[in-house]
Amino acid sequence: MSAGSRPGSRGPGPALDGALALIAVLLIVQMWLLTAALESDLAGHHEVVWPAAIISAVIFAACGGLYLFVEGLDREAGRPR
Amino acid sequence: MKLFRDRRSTPLWRDEFAIDQADERYVNRRQFSKFLVLTSLGMLVGNVMIAVRSWLRGAPPPLPAAPVATASEIPVGAVKLFNYPTPQDPCILVRVAAERFVAYSQKCTHLSCAVYYEAAEKRLECPCHQGYFSVEDGSVLQGPPPRPLPRVVIEQRGETLVATGIETGARPGGHA
Repeated sequence: MSAGSRPGSRGPGPALDGALALIAVLLIVQMWLLTAALESDLAGHHEVVWPAAIISAVIFAACGGLYLFVEGLDREAGRPR
Repeated sequence: MKLFRDRRSTPLWRDEFAIDQADERYVNRRQFSKFLVLTSLGMLVGNVMIAVRSWLRGAPPPLPAAPVATASEIPVGAVKLFNYPTPQDPCILVRVAAERFVAYSQKCTHLSCAVYYEAAEKRLECPCHQGYFSVEDGSVLQGPPPRPLPRVVIEQRGETLVATGIETGARPGGHA
């Protein structure tokens, strides 16, 4: 019996929900960052595009980290892949 | 492979629909989070592409100097319209004081309507959506424009006013 279906155990479901919500929020920030960087670049403010790219990379790393965290929980719980 | 099912084992419907609904929902949510992470990767690629494109483009070539007016033809508080650097780029030159000339692109940074000088309020106004810009530095005073007006650099060479370039962003003190 997997940990996810064990009586009294909530399994990795809530962790996935939390990670999903965080990823969604980070993605909204990243979308805003992309549009702001494009807007600034087209307006001639080229100094902001590299910091925007670096912050976008950090956000992607955070999203990837959250996803890997959920994958790790799945492996522990023996969830279907 | 068994030819006959054991009646005491799992029911037939479970064999036919072997996926547990809770597990299926869970997998769907996980797939969705994977999709979001891939979307995040797409955003990163977009940001990097913008940065690389900006880097490859480098500094824009200097714009040619072009005479746009003579000082004596514009009284204090009056304006003159001209095109710079190409005939498709309308600009507005304002004489704000006896020795001070400022010039900006006439295209509003909101939706490119033509701005005009409101002498009574000493500001540039976009009539389309009531956007106002400072005549001193082109910065946004009010309304929907997201950016200041690009400033045309004006040099006074004797009696002639010469446009020598365009600066973006509000930089106070941009005058002849």
